[in-house]
Amino acid sequence: MNLELLDIEARHPAARQGAPAALRKFSLSIAAGEQVAVIGPSGAGKTSLLQVAAAALKPGFGQVSLGGDNPWALSGSALQRLRGRLFLAPQTPPLPPRQRVITSVLAGRLPAISLWESLRSLFYPTDIEGAYRALAHFDLGEKLFDRVDRLSGGERQRVGLARALLSPASLWLIDEPLSALDPTRSQQAITQILGLAGERGVTVLATLHQVDMALAHFPRIVGLREGQLAFDLPRGSVTQAHLQKLYAHHEDELNGAAPGGIEEPAPPPLVVMSCR
Amino acid sequence: MSSGVVSTVSPAWRDPAWNGRLTWFLLGLLLLWPLLTLTEFRPWVLFAEGSREPTLRFLSAFIPPEMGLDFLWLVARETWRTVAIATAGIALALVIALPATLLSTRVLSLSALSGRMSPLGFALRQVLRFVLIALRSIPELIWALIFVRVVGLGPTAGVLAIALTYGGMLGKVYGEILESGEAQATTTLLQNGSGRLQAFFYGLLPQNAAELTSYTVYRWECAIRSSVVLGFVGAGGLGQLMDNSMKMFAGGEVATMLLVFIALVALADRTSAWLRKVLG
Repeated sequence: MNLELLDIEARHPAARQGAPAALRKFSLSIAAGEQVAVIGPSGAGKTSLLQVAAAALKPGFGQVSLGGDNPWALSGSALQRLRGRLFLAPQTPPLPPRQRVITSVLAGRLPAISLWESLRSLFYPTDIEGAYRALAHFDLGEKLFDRVDRLSGGERQRVGLARALLSPASLWLIDEPLSALDPTRSQQAITQILGLAGERGVTVLATLHQVDMALAHFPRIVGLREGQLAFDLPRGSVTQAHLQKLYAHHEDELNGAAPGGIEEPAPPPLVVMSCR
Repeated sequence: MSSGVVSTVSPAWRDPAWNGRLTWFLLGLLLLWPLLTLTEFRPWVLFAEGSREPTLRFLSAFIPPEMGLDFLWLVARETWRTVAIATAGIALALVIALPATLLSTRVLSLSALSGRMSPLGFALRQVLRFVLIALRSIPELIWALIFVRVVGLGPTAGVLAIALTYGGMLGKVYGEILESGEAQATTTLLQNGSGRLQAFFYGLLPQNAAELTSYTVYRWECAIRSSVVLGFVGAGGLGQLMDNSMKMFAGGEVATMLLVFIALVALADRTSAWLRKVLG
């Protein structure tokens, strides 16, 4: 699915009044099947960009076009169908702690199946083999029937990525897929994601903190700084000068300082047991 | 070098909190005293000459507890009926609470996903919340009195009374549990195109299942206690039997039933603790 963003200005609904918008005058056009990495210092608006592209955040100004449709002109149900054709993977894997890995992975398929079928799959998983194969791409096949809260942070992150493989989406919007992975696992995960996306003709837009990973694996690099487009270049044309300018005052991030990993899931809140 | 030590207490050494404490204590006393008078709180009446003798007579009738086989069988049947009233009441309450929760939970709102909730959804949500509040603010005892008039004496009135009050209670607390929990799993599913019910079963429910079950089991335990009380207004079960025995001053029977009741509540407590542990 192709993606067009034109003159986008977006701010997060929870942002404080008067704060600068997360994205300003931002335009980006991605053809179907392209693989694009977004890099830039923390707070540059990378996550907001993915949210806008996923029709999860409505921009204040500007136009979004997903596969030729303007999501914000669609009816509620049509918008939900459109959302089913894209896959947004947040940085913190969205997995309920007590769920089993197989259920979490099969949840990627929900937009493609009926309510009845999804309920039946809760009683007995309908596609054990498919879930196993998706997990096996990330060396997690043997964790199929484990509970999510028994996994390490890195394993949870890879389960979140495996979910993408089962979704019916043709556009993957992946936020910091490698933030909790060690270099070897990162290498493996990114190779698998991009290889499988290439096989299926899926468009990929991923934000990355690891500049070297972005340059090594993605053909096209978008630099984002303070909500604005800094550069949009094929990887061969990205020079050290570009990067220096992009990460000015944030040099530690350029030199590979790992951003914060995935925090442990918060303990469940205490239930108030009042008699009324 | 003894000249530096002053024998009298310096003003700086007095506890600065003392004045405040004294004021609050006196104010509290001033406010609470009229309340005690208003509620006719006179515990010494219990030990007054006239009431001591009947009290002691009633209490001494408690010993020995009635242990006749026929009576024990009757108590067993009524105990079982009490558990059945509570369980059926909770089951019906769930029929009220679950749809109301699903409809009124903000986390499952598609329009709230990107900005403000749509006006229609918002209105529906407010109406449902109001209904739930109305249901639960009327005590089950009042509902039972009403239903005893409508459907007559017996367990049906108890079941309906528990269903209505607890339906409102469960609906409200379920909503609070769902909205206070981590919503990211559900939001992401909705953002990726799942339906609302799918997002509920794959995101919201597994995220909060333990809290929801734990609260439901706790409420079931409350319902058992409450169905005994409902028996006193004629809504069946152990309470109704106890009411009869009390009216006939059959202390032994009352004692047996109290013992059974204590055992029942303890058992429900153990069961709910065990269930919560298993489900946690």
